[in-house]
Amino acid sequence: MADPMKIRATLQGDIADVRVLMRHPMETGTRKTATSVVPLHFIQSVIVQHNGRTVLDAQWSQAISRDPFLGVRVKGAKVGDKITVTWIDNKDDKRTDEVAVMAGS
Amino acid sequence: MKKNRRSFLHFAGGSGAVFIAAATGLLKTGIAWAAPWNKNAFEAKAVAETLKGLGASNLIDSKDISITAPDIAENGAIVPVAVTSRIPNTQSIAIIAEKNPFPLAASFDILAGADSYVSTRLKMGQTSDVRAIVKADGKFYTASKEVKVTVGGCG
Repeated sequence: MADPMKIRATLQGDIADVRVLMRHPMETGTRKTATSVVPLHFIQSVIVQHNGRTVLDAQWSQAISRDPFLGVRVKGAKVGDKITVTWIDNKDDKRTDEVAVMAGS
Repeated sequence: MKKNRRSFLHFAGGSGAVFIAAATGLLKTGIAWAAPWNKNAFEAKAVAETLKGLGASNLIDSKDISITAPDIAENGAIVPVAVTSRIPNTQSIAIIAEKNPFPLAASFDILAGADSYVSTRLKMGQTSDVRAIVKADGKFYTASKEVKVTVGGCG
């Protein structure tokens, strides 16, 4: 099971500023250890949902950094709205986490 | 008679629960990885092939796309890149690191409800242009910014 994501969604006006930090090795398939090559292992798809409605559908390559960061802005958000982030990698491992939108400072 | 009726209800209730479980199961998988992973574009090794894989042609240079990235990235393994498109009806944003072994780094479909802004961190093998391809109203717009990389991030 994959490690949980850190998600923060802060309201700025009527836009929720969503910042996601995922835990994933994002192996390029070219990195070598002393004895072998580390196989390709990376997140291929990420979906961001706002109250169950998909707002961002991303496809990634192995060129995204290890422990990926994703920033998006969701329009028409209110405090307490649900932001759900789901990712799936090339080994069909997946992870879904959810947060509520917080009031901005 | 009564006993039969009871057991029938029990059976019906039981199968109902199974049905609901199946339906929610469907809903969960039905989160729909809308588009299948674009193998052609992601596995292309030259920018021209990447663009072909994305279906992007007749690129229009646009000043309405801003790319936020460092001029000099000391660590190629973590290059923060953000792309904002001020083009109306932006449908997707793709980020290409032109000199990476596989140039296409990411492609974001912007659906109704999201601002046309994405931010992430890339690995870059060497100094290169970072190019954004924005699809809006079926047309393709582009902008690029050079990022100098001191230590490559592919190893």
